This record gives sequence, structure tokens and C-alpha cells, in this order.
Amino acid sequence: MNDTTPIKTTLKDWETDQEVRWCPGCGDYAILKAVQRTLPEIGADPAKTVFVSGIGCSSRFPYYVESYGFHTIHGRAPAFATGLKLANPELDVWLVTGDGDGMSIGGNHTMHVLRRNLNTQILLFNNEIYGLTKGQYSPTSRMGTVSPTTPLGSVDRPASPCAFALGAGGRFIARAYDVSKELTSVLKAAHAHQGAAFVEIFQNCIVYNKDVFADFTEKAGAATGQLWLADGEPMLFNKGAQGIALDTETLSLKVVDLVDGDWQAAGVRVHDVKNRAMAHLLVEMPFGPFPMALGVIYDDPRPTFESAVVEERARASAGKTANLAKLLSKGQTWTVE
Amino acid sequence: MVRFAGDSGDGMQLTGGQFTLSTALAGNDLATFPDFPAEIRAPQGTLFGVSAFQINFGSTEIDTAGDAPDVLVAMNPAALKTNVGALKAGGLIIADTGEFNKRNLEKAKYDVSPLEDGSLEKWQVLAFDISALTLEAVKPFGLGNKEALRCKNMWTLGLALWMFDRDRQPLIHWLKGKFAKAPVLADANIAALNAGHAYGETAELSGPLKQYHLAPAASEPGLYRTVTGAEAISYGLVAGAQLAGLDLFFGGYPITPASAILHNLARLKEFGVTTFQAEDEIAAIAAAIGASYGGHLGVTSSSGPGIALKGEAMGLAIMTELPLVIVNSQRGGPSTGLPTKTEQSDLYQAVYGRNGDAPMPVIAARSPSDAFECAIEACRLAVQYMTPVMLLTDGYIANAAEPWKVPDPAGFEPFPVTFLEEPNGPDGAVLPYARDAKGARPWIKPGTPGLMHRIGGIEKNPGTGNIDYSPASHQTMTNARKDKIDGIAASIPAQEVTLGEAGGKLALVGWGSTYGPIHQAVRRARRKGLDVSQIHVRHVWPLPENLGELLKSYEMVLVPEMNTGQFKTVLRDQYLVDAKPLNKTSGQPFTIAEIEAAIAAALA
Repeated sequence: MNDTTPIKTTLKDWETDQEVRWCPGCGDYAILKAVQRTLPEIGADPAKTVFVSGIGCSSRFPYYVESYGFHTIHGRAPAFATGLKLANPELDVWLVTGDGDGMSIGGNHTMHVLRRNLNTQILLFNNEIYGLTKGQYSPTSRMGTVSPTTPLGSVDRPASPCAFALGAGGRFIARAYDVSKELTSVLKAAHAHQGAAFVEIFQNCIVYNKDVFADFTEKAGAATGQLWLADGEPMLFNKGAQGIALDTETLSLKVVDLVDGDWQAAGVRVHDVKNRAMAHLLVEMPFGPFPMALGVIYDDPRPTFESAVVEERARASAGKTANLAKLLSKGQTWTVE
Repeated sequence: MVRFAGDSGDGMQLTGGQFTLSTALAGNDLATFPDFPAEIRAPQGTLFGVSAFQINFGSTEIDTAGDAPDVLVAMNPAALKTNVGALKAGGLIIADTGEFNKRNLEKAKYDVSPLEDGSLEKWQVLAFDISALTLEAVKPFGLGNKEALRCKNMWTLGLALWMFDRDRQPLIHWLKGKFAKAPVLADANIAALNAGHAYGETAELSGPLKQYHLAPAASEPGLYRTVTGAEAISYGLVAGAQLAGLDLFFGGYPITPASAILHNLARLKEFGVTTFQAEDEIAAIAAAIGASYGGHLGVTSSSGPGIALKGEAMGLAIMTELPLVIVNSQRGGPSTGLPTKTEQSDLYQAVYGRNGDAPMPVIAARSPSDAFECAIEACRLAVQYMTPVMLLTDGYIANAAEPWKVPDPAGFEPFPVTFLEEPNGPDGAVLPYARDAKGARPWIKPGTPGLMHRIGGIEKNPGTGNIDYSPASHQTMTNARKDKIDGIAASIPAQEVTLGEAGGKLALVGWGSTYGPIHQAVRRARRKGLDVSQIHVRHVWPLPENLGELLKSYEMVLVPEMNTGQFKTVLRDQYLVDAKPLNKTSGQPFTIAEIEAAIAAALA
């Protein structure tokens, strides 16, 4: 985010005249609406907001937001955004990517934009499938995923986007899913973070990978399957009947049952968004034996890349004039009469 | 002409560079050719570890690093073996006997020392123990043996400076600066330099070791310095951005021989230059395009393999019509090829090497100093036509030095950029893909109020830029992109005959760094009365409007290139002329003699 004067807008102001062309029922619609709801709430200025995307279903996103937008090439959006932010650090840049775009072809750039800590919001729509190319398995697909390229089921292990982002040096890691009502508050927190803010958004591809997250997104499994994290609050789920505790013997997390709602007695941990070691445990927490960790998992800002570049440029230029004639005649010269 | 050859750790490039500077300061015209291995420190004493630096200098105009050297300084047996073949018959060999020991002779695959078996009879040989003389000279400074021997190159340079009556003072000044933090090393090197010089002056050597006096070359009055291609390109990009009124953004990734441009620009931050060492070649160009989108002049640079990686992003810059300069310092290919050797084999890649109909202007520099003007021209075309532009140079131009008459920036024609600030369509509509008379679209910076719009790599509506892959739209946009680039031909100078006259028996048509040998060969042939002219092309794509007519005014067209005939094919395609190839792909520049022979054969 940037410290600019808040602008008054409504959701309507952020809609373009372009017909949205995702499949009916696609989770992307809900994410688009959540973003368009978030932007007025944070006082964003359409003229200073830029959505940059790569290639894939998610990457059509910029065409539907009434701001500046750049639909680039497959996997490289972080690199375009880096040049753009260095040229104009005042811009508020949102990166929109997917599991194929950001974790496969563009994994390298995802790593480096996080490592450098470019001040941008990175929204990775994870549907665990290649949608735009018609249903091939992706680097986040679970083992055994049957797809046109894996007719007998995939045999390779999936990558975890949040674990990857944290490992790459990310200073803000959050998770939500497409239709979750908390998505806007997660987006707001990402925007408030100075630096690269990584948000994995589970997205339901109703054509090629329908309901793959239903175990925790649907009503039936929501209570036991969702752990919404809040800074300073105990890590409770299942309507407060269960919580997450740390097994200090094995340095691993465990699910504990509460007796009479006494979370302290049960040893439930209080979430601290600045605890990087806990963040590692939370992003790796396997769904099934554990609920899915959602919300802001980690948030501990560090100076941004573009501010360091701007500072260095100022330092290097201090006291020097940009005299081209002097530059050209630098070093040892001689005169021919 | 002198060639310094030694182990890649012997400091031969440094020696050559300093001799170049002294030569330039003495007012001689010159051209250099550094030739070094791809390995950073190849095993000592081996044949493939030899590093050489050739300099051609004299009182007349010099265009090439020369064919056959007159003097070879060989610091070890391997250097002698790999370089002596090029030496002119009767030329002088200076050899360091201290290095001609059994071990080094074996490494160079000599059974007997060539200094003793008479195999060097056709040359004059001066062999003495430079190693021992150097050790003696630096003794007072108490250096270790290894460090002391490092001063050998300065000793040799001192001797060379004496031979050609060069001033030592600039070099002493330079050494003091270089070793400011270790004055004892500065003193030792200066002592070695002086000792080498004194050796020439006082040694009782008869015969070959004699002093040469060369009068300064006649050149235009003015202020001069030496410049390498990489320096000239860096300065040209800075100048180009200033003339456009823009900040410069340079995205690069280390690659030989292009890295020097990134190194140079990283030190010019006060000129509004931002340099970004990206995670890979693709990110380097992508960041440059992102910066151009944001209103800077985006530049990226690489060599063949890196340019290949950038192909898709170039297509995006063409599709979105954003300005961008791409510098390709060509090297031998394909694949990793010959990283430190020169070639011109990326012409097809530059002109044709992208998916889809993706036209892009291509400019080729012919020499280090010409690269300065070419870089400015590339910036001009990029911003005036809203297009990526490729600037071709090569390993030879990038590393070689030549005297450069320092231009006066006041004489440059500015080409200031105007960004769109207000809606440009009817009823306040924003039309990012409306076109001006040149076919260029407006440049709109994100951050400009009221001009929000979306761009991308998908085919777009000819005005609004919204996604539109209807048949009519793609036809219109494909034509518009092509017409815009073709139209550049009208904004570039007509092709001149570089040497000779329009019409006649034979034209030698070249581009890039073959300028020097072609120029000298044509000059010599014309002096012999042969009907041959030189046409050297800077704008490789689109070609100058009059080039077709000009080529048809000759009976024969011969195209010397350091590739297997790429420009020849372009000329044949464009003009249906029977252009004949003259090709060389050895990683070495053409010699004048090779081109002279081809002229003679064509006119026989």
C-alpha cells in the first residue's frame, strides 16, 4: 500500500464495461467482487492502482477492474511489476496469479519478488488445476489427480504455495477461499502490509476440479475444517471446542480438546503474526488431521525493495550533477590541434 | 602492430589496455582486438589458457586490429605456440626464457624448446629472462615470489613503451590510482615498468630491438579519448534517455560479453539511471517493459542465448506497443557456443526471431565509437514509434577500444517525449491504441488521472485496446504494427556509398563490426584500380528506402559476414538481387587479406 490521500469510491466505480468471461459459477467471480469491495474501503485511487497479471483464468482479472491494468505473459507478472514499481513507487500494484502461473512457469519470479520484498499484493488463486488449457493437473494438484495428462492419476507431490512463499523470505502470508466472508479483511490486511504480501486464495474451478476444497469450505465441514487465525487470539476452531497446541517434545502442532472452554488449561497457543517459527508450522499443517489454517498467518514487515533502490540512487547521486559533457570526456583525454 | 600473449592470469588484457591508452595519448590512430579464453583462470601454461591482446596503430587511419602482427610478445611457450602462426614473416618475437622450462614446454606440447631448435627461423627472436629481470627490479619492495612475478606484465609493457617511444607518465599515474590502497604494489609495478623501459634503452642488444618513431595520425581537431563498445553504448543510452527527457531503466542479467554495459550503467545513478540485476533474462526484459509502461525508458541487454529467452517478452512489447531498447552483444553460437569470441550470427534472430508477425527495428553498430550514435538512434526510434528496437553489436565491438572524438552533447537533436494527459477520444473516451501520423500510439503512464485502461498480450481492439480477436481486428492490428515499422524507413537517412561510388562492377555490402576489414580491403583494391565500392548498412531493419536501387546499380554484390550468409538472404529476399556470400565463422574477425582476396576473385 501507499500513503496517499484516501479517495471516495464505490464498488460500481471499480467495474469496467467489459463482459466478465469466466465460466458461470467460477470462484473467480466471488474474488473479483471481494476485491472491488475492498478497494473503496481502503480509499484506493483508481488512477494510482495497477493490476498486473500473467496468463491463466485468474490473469484475466485486470480487464474487469476499472484501474490501470497490464495482462502480461505466463508466469512473469512479478518481474513486470518490479520494473513498474521501480519506475514509479507511488503506484499501488496488485499481482494476480494462479497455481500454474505463479508456482509452475513463474515459480522463479514468485520467489524473487518475495525475497526482494517489493511492496505489492500478490493474490494467488489456487484451484489445483490448469483451467484455461482445459484441465491438466498443476503443481498444487494432490497426488492421484486424474487429468488429461495424468489419466492414471498424478504421481508427483504437490507444492504448498504458502510454505513456498514463507521459505522464499515472504514477510506477509495469508490464506482465504473465494466465497469466504473474511476475504475482504484478509485483502485489507495484505494491503496494509508494507512489502510483498502473499495471499493464497482457494478457488473452486467448477468445470475441471469441482469442490476440491469442499471438505472445509462447505457448511458441513466448516466448523471442524477451518481455523481462522487472529493476532493475539487463541487458535480455536470447531466453535471453540478445539484448539491448536504446541507439542514441545517434538516441536510440532497438535489438536487439543477444550474442557469447559478453558483454552489456557488445554495449552492452546495464542496466535502471534510475528512468530516466524510458528508460521512455518501453520503453513505446513496438513489438512485432515488438522483444520486448514486461514486468515493472516504471518505479518512482520521489513524495508521494501523499491525504497532501498530509491535511497541508494539518492545516496549515489548526492552532490553529483548529471553533466553529460563531463561524463563523455571522462578519463584520460588528448587534444588534436 | 603488436600482439601481447600470455597466460590468462598474466595480465595480458591489462597490458594491452594500457598500451592502447599510451598509444592514443601519443596521437596515433589505433584499433585493438582482445582475444581471451572463456575460462576465468584456465590451468596455467596450457594452450587453451592463452590470452592475447592485439593492437594496430600508426600514422594513418586504422579500421581494424590488423591481420598479421609485426611484434609478438610471448610470455610462455603456450602463448608462442598459439600465436606465432599469425606473425608476419620477419616479425619480431620477444620471449620470456624464464618461462620456457621443461614443465611449460610439455604443457604447450613442445618436445624441444622452439627457441633452440631453429623452428623460428623465419622470424627474429629476442629471448631473455623477463621473469628474472622483473624479480631483480622489484627486489627492494620485499614482495613474495608470486607477487613479484605478477609485475612481469609491467616490465614487458615498459619495454614496449620504449620500443614505440611512448610516454610512461600516464601509466605511472594510473598505477598510483589503481594501487592507492597498497602503495608498495604501485611502487613495485612502477619499478618494473621503468626497468623494462631502461632495458630497452641500455641493453646491449644488437639487431631486432630498435626504437620505432611513429608520427601522430592525422585526425580531425578536437578532444579525444579511447572508448570501448560497451562504454559507448552505456553513454549512448544515457544520452538517448536525456534527449527523450526520460529516466533510464536498465534490466540485465550477467552474460558474456554483454555484462560490461550493466557494470557501466550501475555507476551512473546520478543520470537518473536505475539498474536492476534480475533473476534471469526473462525477468530482466520484463522489468524493463514494466518500467517503460511506468514512463521510464526501459532497456535490456544480453547476448544470443539470453536474447532467445527474451523472445516472448519482446512479442509483448510489440503487441502492447511500448518503447524498449534491446542490446544484443553477439557471440558465437548456437547454444552456449563461443562466449568470448565474436560472430554476427544473430541477424535472423533479431529480424525474424519471434512468434507471430512481430516486426521490430534493428540497428547495427559498426565500431566502438559508432555504437554511441547507434544507441541514441535506438532510443529515438523506440520512443517516437512506441516499439522495441534491437541494437546489434558483438563481442569484438564490446571489448575493443578505439580513439573517439568526444562529441559535444549540445549538438544532439533532442526528441522529447509527450505523455498523454487528457482523454484522446470522442466524449472523453480513452483510446490507448489511437495512432498518430507515424502510426504510433500514445504513451500513457499509470498514475495519470482519468486515463485508466488495460493493455495486454491478447489481440485488441484497434482503438480502445480492449480484448478483441475478431477477424477484422486482428487483420487491422497486424497491418498497423507492420506499417508502423515499415514506415521507419522514411525517417532514417538514405543509404550512402561508404567508399567508392554508386554503380559499377562490385559492391561489398556489410553491417556491424566487419566495417574495418571491408573498408581497408576496398581501399586497397581501389588503389590498385579495381572497380569496387563499400556499402555499410546501419539500419538493418527496416532497410533504407533507396538500398534496393543502389544495389541494383552494381553488376555484382558481395556480402562479407561472420555467419553463414544471413544478411545476404535478407537482401535477396527484399530486392531479388543476386547477392553472393563471403562467410567466416571461426570466432575471429575477417582479415583484410581475406576480403582483398575475395574482391580479386570476384573481379578476376
